[in-house]
Amino acid sequence: MRLLAHRTSLVIATSLVITGTLVACGGSDSTTPSNSEAPTPSNSEAPETSIAADTNPCDEASGSLTVYSGRSEKLVADLYIQFTSETGVTVDARYGDSGELAGQILTEDSATTADVFFSQDAGALGAVASANLFAQLRSSTLDRVPVEFRSRTNDWVGSSGRVRVIVYNPDLAPTPPTTVDELLDPTWKGRVGFAPTNASWQSFVTALRVTRGEDAAREWLEAFAANEPMAFEKNAAVRDAVNSGEVALGLVNHYYLFEKIEAEGAEAVVAENQYLPGDIGGLVNVAGAGVLDNSDNDQAAQCFVSYLVSDAGQEYFVDRSSEYPLVAGIAPADGLPTLDELDPPAVDLSDLSSIAETQELLAEVGLLTR
Amino acid sequence: MTSARGSSWRSKLPAPLIIPAVLAALASLVPLAYLVDVAFDRGAGFLWDELWQRRTLDLVVRSGFLAACVTVASVVIAVPLAWSVMRSDLRGRRVWRVALALPLAIPSYLAAFAWISWESSFAGFWGAFLVLTAVSYPYVYLPLTAAFGRLDQSLDEIATIHGKGSVPRLIVLAARQCRGTITAGSLLVALYVLSDFGAVATMRYDAFTWVIYGAYRAGFNPSRAAVLAVVLVMIALVLVAAEAVARGRAVSTMTSRAVARPRPIRLRSLAIWFHAAIVIVVGLAVLFPLWRILAWVSDHGVEDGVGDVAAALWGSVRYSLVAACITVLVALPIGLLVARYRSRTSLLLDRATYVTHALPGIVVAISMVFIGVRFFRPVYLESPFLVLAYVALFLPVAVGGVRSSAEQIPLGLDDVARSLGSGPMAVIRRVNLPLIAPGIASATALVTLAAMKELPVTMLLRPTGTETLATRLWTHTSVSDYAAAGPYALAIIIFVAIPTAIATSQR
Repeated sequence: MRLLAHRTSLVIATSLVITGTLVACGGSDSTTPSNSEAPTPSNSEAPETSIAADTNPCDEASGSLTVYSGRSEKLVADLYIQFTSETGVTVDARYGDSGELAGQILTEDSATTADVFFSQDAGALGAVASANLFAQLRSSTLDRVPVEFRSRTNDWVGSSGRVRVIVYNPDLAPTPPTTVDELLDPTWKGRVGFAPTNASWQSFVTALRVTRGEDAAREWLEAFAANEPMAFEKNAAVRDAVNSGEVALGLVNHYYLFEKIEAEGAEAVVAENQYLPGDIGGLVNVAGAGVLDNSDNDQAAQCFVSYLVSDAGQEYFVDRSSEYPLVAGIAPADGLPTLDELDPPAVDLSDLSSIAETQELLAEVGLLTR
Repeated sequence: MTSARGSSWRSKLPAPLIIPAVLAALASLVPLAYLVDVAFDRGAGFLWDELWQRRTLDLVVRSGFLAACVTVASVVIAVPLAWSVMRSDLRGRRVWRVALALPLAIPSYLAAFAWISWESSFAGFWGAFLVLTAVSYPYVYLPLTAAFGRLDQSLDEIATIHGKGSVPRLIVLAARQCRGTITAGSLLVALYVLSDFGAVATMRYDAFTWVIYGAYRAGFNPSRAAVLAVVLVMIALVLVAAEAVARGRAVSTMTSRAVARPRPIRLRSLAIWFHAAIVIVVGLAVLFPLWRILAWVSDHGVEDGVGDVAAALWGSVRYSLVAACITVLVALPIGLLVARYRSRTSLLLDRATYVTHALPGIVVAISMVFIGVRFFRPVYLESPFLVLAYVALFLPVAVGGVRSSAEQIPLGLDDVARSLGSGPMAVIRRVNLPLIAPGIASATALVTLAAMKELPVTMLLRPTGTETLATRLWTHTSVSDYAAAGPYALAIIIFVAIPTAIATSQR
């Protein structure tokens, strides 16, 4: 099935892509670049139907790229190698914390040495976008991804998603909560683990503030705090505490469970994920990328970002991280509900940039620091 | 003694020293240029709004409280222990002398993580206090061992003759003689605590650096971070001035190395207490984190090959050694001026190097980005610029080392050399430099180890593709991969321990 789609896309990719008119297609028949075979050389001999307006950016891509990579080397180094072998464009990756790299780009301003910023979360992309340092992405790239997972101003695009879940120990919590409000029930007093400094947790709280308003968010947090949740250093520690029975429930991202299964085998893991369809607790965060306006290799940079949302790029994330693919037609890893089934809350990710205020609120209600 | 003090104390500053000293002091202030730019760029209203918030004030108080506690604890630990390994007949004191300096080899974020991953209830003030005291008391201890080593032994004898020879009294007496060294070390500890993020973040102690790092990592707002950093600069100015007052105009009563080593004081039944204290301190500050890291490695096995670790080690050693040599060269003129030609100007130059020391690493890193893209474009993100950033960052460490060893040469020696017809530069070359050679070696070692542990500046400014032990450690710990992180953590500790041991053994 996927193989078929893959061939079709190659054929289509070699032909035209007309700006704008494809929006209706939603990218489901994958109009953009590069699948696992090198898209470029054959594409240059493409049929005459090709229209300059929005050609495959990988057609002309060559040279090298500097990517400021907020995504970890462990996760994406092989993807960069794969990209280079398929396009001939070499990648010089500068790894770092997404927020600090955003700070570097904002400070370098128009003199930045970055061609692409590949960020762990949407907030850092939003900051670079609002400083007008990103170039517009090709519509063939943007259209691959649903509108809720990309920039409103067309200058960055999500590349993969992670879902907030409640990880639970079935022995201790046979019927885990299905909404974050049920978490406040006294049943769970002292039995919930969370990672106060984790960025995804803070994004969830930000979403809570944005959707319910400041007062309601504070109310929820105060009730949550009164239920004496246990704080852990990292999400992985929360997951391990749930698995070992130290706590019954944990607020984490969906893929931590799969990491543990991968590392220790399914027999070693009793914990399970409770998804929260339709609830604010089931927020979907994305990683994503944008092309710097000042890039001296715009073509290759556009090619790189289009590659992230190509079938090959999306399948890489499914295989390597159990993250959610954002492109229609690419199935998530086995055992995961689809994004449609999850019905994530309608939150504009660009609105989640007020993390600083979230931290202040968390500190005030005593959930961040001691 | 007082009569010998006069002439060189007030003599004119030699131009060959003052010019490089001024340049060096300016270089150390480079990061401030960025802060000033942002502050002016956004206007006074913005500045005021960002600073004058209740939370900002609360956090300044909390950070100040932590810094005060850690500084006091560091002095309380460092003074008696440095005394015991330098002036008493404590058994195994040569080994203890080095062991007590080893916490310098443990980065604060690593120490904090070792504790919190073992017992999560350490989070909070006590955890942060414990970790920061453990990693920073050597800033007092290390220079103090040097100072105690050269203290005139006749003081002990006089005290004993006058019936004031009990051990606690002798410690207090020695500490009084070395007040300048203690206050200088305390200043470094206080500035270190104010600028630290690794330990307070891991221990979740709400400190001022939280909002600064938060402005980058969560707020994506470098301007806000820069404005908040101005607060730290102001606190640093206050502390630096306070230290200058506390240090006073005390002149050393120390002998030069030419004089025989002091006869050790006999501890008798008190020795057991000193041994116990040293074992506890070394155990908490060195052995515990080391044990935790070994546990990660043995739990998970080793993932990265020897080649990766070796490449990272080469990166660390290369940059930190080059940076250390240059930093010490740059620091020499200031250190010598302050120690040998104390005047308003020389003091000001010396103080200037401390101001940026209260800035968190990330602020210095972003400042250097600002300077780099504007004025050093050809070498921005290349090796020379990374080295330059290290020089600016670690200049006070080197100045402190040079100064404290230069201060211990009796000024009378200079006068003798001058009366025999040597010019000021000849005195420095032929009399001062040979005498402070051990101090220079230990300052070089201190900068080397500081650069090896440094993370934020290295992350943002290293040449693309260059790895160091610290960046590799970050790569793995940022994705909670402690198995892979283990060997790098061990390598950092082992290879930072080497310059630490060098710095200690130069006594």
